[in-house]
Amino acid sequence: MGEIINLKGVAKHYKMGENIVKALDGIDIKINKGDFVAIMGPSGSGKSTGMNLVGSLDLPTKGAIYLDGKDISKMHESDLAQVRGKKIGFIFQSFNLIPNLTAKENIMLPMLFQNVDEDDRDRRAEELLKLVDLIDRKDHYPNQLSGGQQQRVAIARSLANDPEVILADEPTGNLDTKTGENVMKFLNKLNEEGKTIIMVTHDPDKAQRHSRIVYWLKDGKIEKVTKKVNGKWKVVKRY
Amino acid sequence: MISDYILLALDNLKHRGIRSWLTMLGIFIGIAAVVSLISLGQGLQEAITGQFASLSTDKLTIQSASSGYGPPGAGAARKLNEHDVNLIKSVDGVNMVVPRLIRVGKVEYNKVAEFDYIASMPDDREQIDMIYAAINVKVDSGRLIDVGDRGKIVLGSNFLKNDNFGKPLKTGSSLKIQGKNYEVVGILKASSTMQVNMAILMNEKDMKDALGIGDETDIIVAQVENEKEINDVASRIEDKMRKDRKEKKGEEDFSVQTPVKALGTVNLILNIINLIVTGIAAISLVVGGIGIMNTMYTSVLERTKEIGIMKAIGARNSDVMKIFLIESGLLGLVGGVVGAVIGLLLAFGVSGAANAAFGSVILKVTLSWPLLLMSISFSLIIGIVSGISPAIQASKLKPVDALRK
Repeated sequence: MGEIINLKGVAKHYKMGENIVKALDGIDIKINKGDFVAIMGPSGSGKSTGMNLVGSLDLPTKGAIYLDGKDISKMHESDLAQVRGKKIGFIFQSFNLIPNLTAKENIMLPMLFQNVDEDDRDRRAEELLKLVDLIDRKDHYPNQLSGGQQQRVAIARSLANDPEVILADEPTGNLDTKTGENVMKFLNKLNEEGKTIIMVTHDPDKAQRHSRIVYWLKDGKIEKVTKKVNGKWKVVKRY
Repeated sequence: MISDYILLALDNLKHRGIRSWLTMLGIFIGIAAVVSLISLGQGLQEAITGQFASLSTDKLTIQSASSGYGPPGAGAARKLNEHDVNLIKSVDGVNMVVPRLIRVGKVEYNKVAEFDYIASMPDDREQIDMIYAAINVKVDSGRLIDVGDRGKIVLGSNFLKNDNFGKPLKTGSSLKIQGKNYEVVGILKASSTMQVNMAILMNEKDMKDALGIGDETDIIVAQVENEKEINDVASRIEDKMRKDRKEKKGEEDFSVQTPVKALGTVNLILNIINLIVTGIAAISLVVGGIGIMNTMYTSVLERTKEIGIMKAIGARNSDVMKIFLIESGLLGLVGGVVGAVIGLLLAFGVSGAANAAFGSVILKVTLSWPLLLMSISFSLIIGIVSGISPAIQASKLKPVDALRK
C-alpha cells in the first residue's frame, strides 16, 4: 500500500490581535491507501485545523503536505479545488447539502465541477443513490429528508468523483446512536472496498471502534499514535 | 456545461422568489420607459407633424390671418383671392402656386343631414399632383379625384368609420352636398392628418358652384424653386403682399408659414420629452443595476456557507464566479424582457387611448426588433456588470472561512 497523504512538520498559526495562536505546531501524519484513520482530540486540540489541512481546504503556515505524492501546500486555491474535487470526498457533521438542490442534484454537483457530462452525471448519481438506498428519495430536497437520510446523500455525494480519500468530520455528531451506527457501518464497508477513510472525532470510543490507526491530538501537537494489531491497540509512537 | 450553471442560477433565483422580482423593479421601469418612448416616439412625431397640412420642406402656406387652420371663420380680415395668387406667382423663387378652399357644407345621405368639411382639389395636372404628394393620402377603395372629375367626390376615412347617416357609405354611393348629388368615387385610408380624415375632397370648380364662392381662396400653397431659399422667398412674399395691401410690418392680416419653422418647434418639444424620459430611464437603470448589486452582495453573505461547500466539493474560483455572474445576468435579462413587454403594452395602451379619443389612427406604435433586442441585451449587460464585484467577492472566499459560517 502506497502513501496517499503525508504531512511533514505542518504548523498552522493564527494571529489573534497581538497574540499568535498555534493551532497546530509541527505535526507529522502519514496515511497509506486503504487505511481507516481517526484523528482524535478534544475541542481546541487542533483537530479541525488538521482536518482542513488534510482536506486541502486550508494551507499550512509551515511544513509540506503531500497528496498522492504532490506537494499541495503552496498550490493556488483554484488548482487546489480541482485536486480536492477529484481526490477527496467530504462528509460533514452538519451534512452541508445545498438546500435548494434535490438529493440527486446535490450528488451531481461535484461532477459538474469536474466537467463530467450530463448523461454520466445522471447515471452515476442514480447508481450512488441506489448504493445508499435512497433512490426513491432522489427528487426530495434536503429539508424533506431525515438527518440520517441527509447524511447518506452526503456520503453519496462524497463518492461522486470516486475519490481515493473520504474525509469525515464528526460524521455521526448530529445523528442518533442507531442512525450513527449505520453510517459508521457504511464507512467501514467503503473502507473494506478499498477507500481510504479519515475520520475526525472527539469521541475516543468511536475512534477506536471503527478505525485501525488513531492520531491522538492535544494542544496542537500529536501526543501519540496507536494502532490496532490483532484486535488490540498498541502505541506505535509517542511524542 | 454552461446550461447546467444557468439551471443552477435559475434555481437560486426561483428560491428567492419575491426578492428576485423586487430586485428587477428598477430594470423593469428603465427598460419599459425606453421601449415605450421609442416605440411611440416615431408615431408621435408623425402624428404631430402630420397636423401641418402641407408639410414639405419646399412649400409655404399663405393664409388670411384670422383663419388659422380649418375653415375660415367670420374674420374681419381681408380674404385671399385671385389677385393674391397672381401676386405670389410673380415673386422671385416661387415655382408653383395652388389656391385651395376649405369650407363647411351641408351633407345629406339616407335622409340624414350634417355639416362636414369640404376641401377643394385643383383642376390642373401639376397642381393636383403636388397636393396629393403633400397630403400623402391613399385610397382604401375606389380612386382619388382626378383632373376634370366633375360631380365626383372622395371621402375621408371617418365617413366609413362613423356611421352617422345610419347607412354605410361605399364607393358608388350618391351623396347630396348643398342640395346637389355627387358620386363617391373613392374612400381614403386613415391618414395621420386629422383634417384629411374628416374632409370631403371635390373638384374646386364643383366646390365653388356648390357653395357659391366667387373670387376667394382660403389657403394658398406656394412651392419654391429651391427649398434652401424658402425663408428668403417667404419674406419676399410678405414684403410684396404688405406693399400691395399697404400694411405696416407687424400689422399684416395674412400670414406666411414656413413648415420648417413649425417643424423645428415640434422637434424641439419632442427632443425635450425624449431627454426627460431618457433621463428617467437612465436613472432607473442605474438604480436597477445598484439593486442587482445589492441583492448579489446580500446573496453572497447569505450563501457564504454554500460557497464553502461548493468549494469543498471541487468548485474552482471561476466556477463560483460563473454561478454568481449568471445569476446577476439573469436578473438583468429577465428584467429586460419583462420591462420590454411592459413598455410595449404601455405604448399600445397609450396609442389605443389616443386613437380612441381622436377617432382615427393618430398615434402609431412602431415595433422595432433591433430596439427590443438592444434594450434586452443592455439590461443583460447591466446585470452582469452589477454582478462582477459581488461575484469576485464570492469567488475569493476561502473555503475554511466560508464553511465555518
